[in-house]
Amino acid sequence: MLNYIMSYLGSPLTPGQAGNQFWALIYVLIIFAGVSVVVMAMNWLERKALAHFQIRLGPMRVGPHGLLQPIADALKLMLKEDIIPAEADQFVFWVAPLIGLLAAFTVYTVIPFGPSQAVSDMNIGILFMLGVSSLGVLGIVTAGWASNSHYPLIGALRSSAQMVSYEVAMGLAVVSAILMTSLNTAGTGTLSMIGIVQAQQQQGVWFLFKFFPLGAIAFVIFAIAMVAETNRAPFDLAEAESELTAGFHTEYSGLRWSLFMLAEYAAMLAVSAIAVTLWLGGWMRPFPNLLSGPAWEFIFSLFPGLTFAALAGFTFLGTIRMPSHSFFKIQRIGLGVFGLLLAFIALVLFIIAIAGRNADGSLAARTREGIDYVYWFMFKVAIFMYLFIWYRATWPRYRFDQLMRVGWKVMLPISLGVLILTAIVGVLVK
Amino acid sequence: MNPVLNVGAAPVATPWFFYGLAAAAVISGLLVITRRNAVHSALALIITLLSVAGLYLMLYAPFVAGVQIIVYAGGIMVLFLFVIMLVSIERSVKERQFNRIWPVGLFASCALLALFLSAFSKGKALLPERMVQLAEGTNTEDIAGFLYGRAGRMGEYTFAFEIASLLLLVAILGAVIMTKKKI
Repeated sequence: MLNYIMSYLGSPLTPGQAGNQFWALIYVLIIFAGVSVVVMAMNWLERKALAHFQIRLGPMRVGPHGLLQPIADALKLMLKEDIIPAEADQFVFWVAPLIGLLAAFTVYTVIPFGPSQAVSDMNIGILFMLGVSSLGVLGIVTAGWASNSHYPLIGALRSSAQMVSYEVAMGLAVVSAILMTSLNTAGTGTLSMIGIVQAQQQQGVWFLFKFFPLGAIAFVIFAIAMVAETNRAPFDLAEAESELTAGFHTEYSGLRWSLFMLAEYAAMLAVSAIAVTLWLGGWMRPFPNLLSGPAWEFIFSLFPGLTFAALAGFTFLGTIRMPSHSFFKIQRIGLGVFGLLLAFIALVLFIIAIAGRNADGSLAARTREGIDYVYWFMFKVAIFMYLFIWYRATWPRYRFDQLMRVGWKVMLPISLGVLILTAIVGVLVK
Repeated sequence: MNPVLNVGAAPVATPWFFYGLAAAAVISGLLVITRRNAVHSALALIITLLSVAGLYLMLYAPFVAGVQIIVYAGGIMVLFLFVIMLVSIERSVKERQFNRIWPVGLFASCALLALFLSAFSKGKALLPERMVQLAEGTNTEDIAGFLYGRAGRMGEYTFAFEIASLLLLVAILGAVIMTKKKI
């Protein structure tokens, strides 16, 4: 039994490929907990960043700099009364948030955090991701219909029309990236998420820079379509608060409402992960060919520790800058403890980076490599998550006819043209 | 390779998975035709389509399963719901349902049942004893080979595939012509 549980350690395969259900379950639990924590952190970060964009302070009262605000929010949402409107379709109303949540979280089984740091590697990885994430719209549509109310219905209609039309451009952009994987000696491409990153590794270029500017245009098309797919500003017509109160989730309250929020942020992380995997080299660190060698390897392996050290530094700076009034004493202590925690994590990461600096296949070296892969993947995803907030603070919402015109008359022809050009250039180059 | 890892061992696709998926498909299929509320029918149809996708996975056809989810569950059913949502449910629930062509339907379903029963009873004689085992890893490449040809040779189904795409193009053009008054 113990042998079976430990057998996965040191395997170059994902637990799904190795057929080890125990480690697959562990990975699923880690991803589930991790995504939930990231969603809470995003909640805080979004409110804080938006506030600073608008020259406000944002949450400041619950904990130092509002750090405990997400926990307070989660508690509030769990304790709130769960209202189901009398005229609503009870069963569909109940099942709608679960559909959205299931679709958002199922996608994570194939996201490659590293060459073996994924739950499973499917032969049809990217197809599976697109398919399951397109089921998320069903949750929105059923929620809007089951509420039996005008605003949610309009929100659901808008959302389904929007997601169906942007899915087309998104799919064509993805296909042009998949075409690029087939430019090897064998001439066969791959749909597997891990295979796509390995193709970029073999060809020595991120697909963003391949056939410049074709790869970059496809990436931009995807980056726009993914904002529309997740119903975020400036494409948040489904929940336009100035027109539709809260759109499809107007009638939802408490825990059910928070499930919608969880699904939305999980879907944002998932589409960012698709973009990172397809165009930004997935788990690879920057310049793996140009800056190669053990010295550069060691320098880049210090980055995870440096990130946490920088965060700890900011936290200590905040502790010093806290007003010296007895009212802020507890907050100051709390922030200091949080900074110490971050500094401790940074210390552990530095120790691992130094202990595993020789790529000799020892446990320390493998741990160091695993941390590097996951760090670079998450770093790239984090950039996209920040962009989501930035978009929301910058751009006004589209009108519905503008949205449809951009989707069908601008993005679709461009992505189709990029696909054809990529195929032609690919044939000529090979 | 670590011998403890059961790579290439017996697949997890046991009969119980088949029973579960088949039961889900049949029960939700029955719900599709018995629910009076059209949205409930559509949701049950989605469950049917997803269970069929699971059955494709059990047949080592992951590509077909993925396309089934994308095209039917994710695309067509969303458009279905989009239309059905706008139908007034109160009226359709109260209205007496009628169907004047039920004798035709009865005949068709009886014929289908007879076909299934004969296939079930004579299947051993009709079908080859051992099916070709398609490995999961190469299934997608095999489909591409059949449709587009491999290694400079035309695929077995390239012509039929292209004709089908022409048919779809005609359907798209027809839809455009029917909706546009002036082109």
